[in-house]
Amino acid sequence: MADKEKIARQFIEAIPHSRALGMRLADMADGKATIDMPFDEKLVGDPETGVIHGGAVSALMDTCCGAAVMCHPDNLGSTATIDLRIDYMRAATPGQRIRAHAECYHVTRSVAFVRATATDEDAENPVAAATGAFTVEGAK
Amino acid sequence: MRAPRRPPEPVQVVKQRRDATLRALVDGVPYIQFLGIEFERRGDELTGILPFDQKLIGNPLLPAIHGGVTAAFLEVTSIITLSWTYLWKDVESGAIDAEGLAKGGMPRLPKTIDISTDYLRSGLPRDAYARARIVRSGRRYASVHVEAWQDNRDRLFAQATGHFLMPERRE
Repeated sequence: MADKEKIARQFIEAIPHSRALGMRLADMADGKATIDMPFDEKLVGDPETGVIHGGAVSALMDTCCGAAVMCHPDNLGSTATIDLRIDYMRAATPGQRIRAHAECYHVTRSVAFVRATATDEDAENPVAAATGAFTVEGAK
Repeated sequence: MRAPRRPPEPVQVVKQRRDATLRALVDGVPYIQFLGIEFERRGDELTGILPFDQKLIGNPLLPAIHGGVTAAFLEVTSIITLSWTYLWKDVESGAIDAEGLAKGGMPRLPKTIDISTDYLRSGLPRDAYARARIVRSGRRYASVHVEAWQDNRDRLFAQATGHFLMPERRE
């Protein structure tokens, strides 16, 4: 079991795009994951306000949800996104890191249903929320 | 007696104004530059292009484009198409100052309320294309459907529906 988690962790940390965005895996176990993404000027979506682009938050949410599925005890292999919906609740404060937390709230033999939230340094007021369905590789 | 009709503008003047407006919209956004997204224009029709790059990979074993990159590409294509459509009338009438736009007088961009992405097949390590269709655009809200494909236009690898808050008109 510990081995599976280690492999999943290495897999997440090796994703080229996640590395390009500077993502850091804070926690990953039992179908839950937390990932941080530091603020960077290159992620800005609105030059007038300096607010980070929604797409960068999507990438963080997708990675975090995938990490949660990969470390769920019922999933024996990798995973792929079937669908992901993101609600943007407020603009992230420029200069602050974004933290995503994802958790599998239901897992069947073939599908994992995942919920996630993203917050900046004001942890009480989420920046975005996501729900998604991901593929599961169960025992044959 | 009819009033004399204004002669049509020379084609290069019209094209210059359209292209300058599009460039101002796209070049001003750091995240669009980071992903390397470009736009091609045929009349008023825009196609988003995402040239493949190693840093876009999400699954190195397959390899496949990161799902977050796909979502971002669809969202960027929606926002640029919405802004472009919203500016089109002013571009055509000549009311828009393309030079001013390039110097930082960028119009406010629509804000994403929500976006829901369907992943239909894995994104291959090659260029991707996307086109957005504005399903409905009111004064404050807009609903956009966007499709992305790679080698074959008929084999979509992702699609999305998003809702956007439109900027208030500047006088």
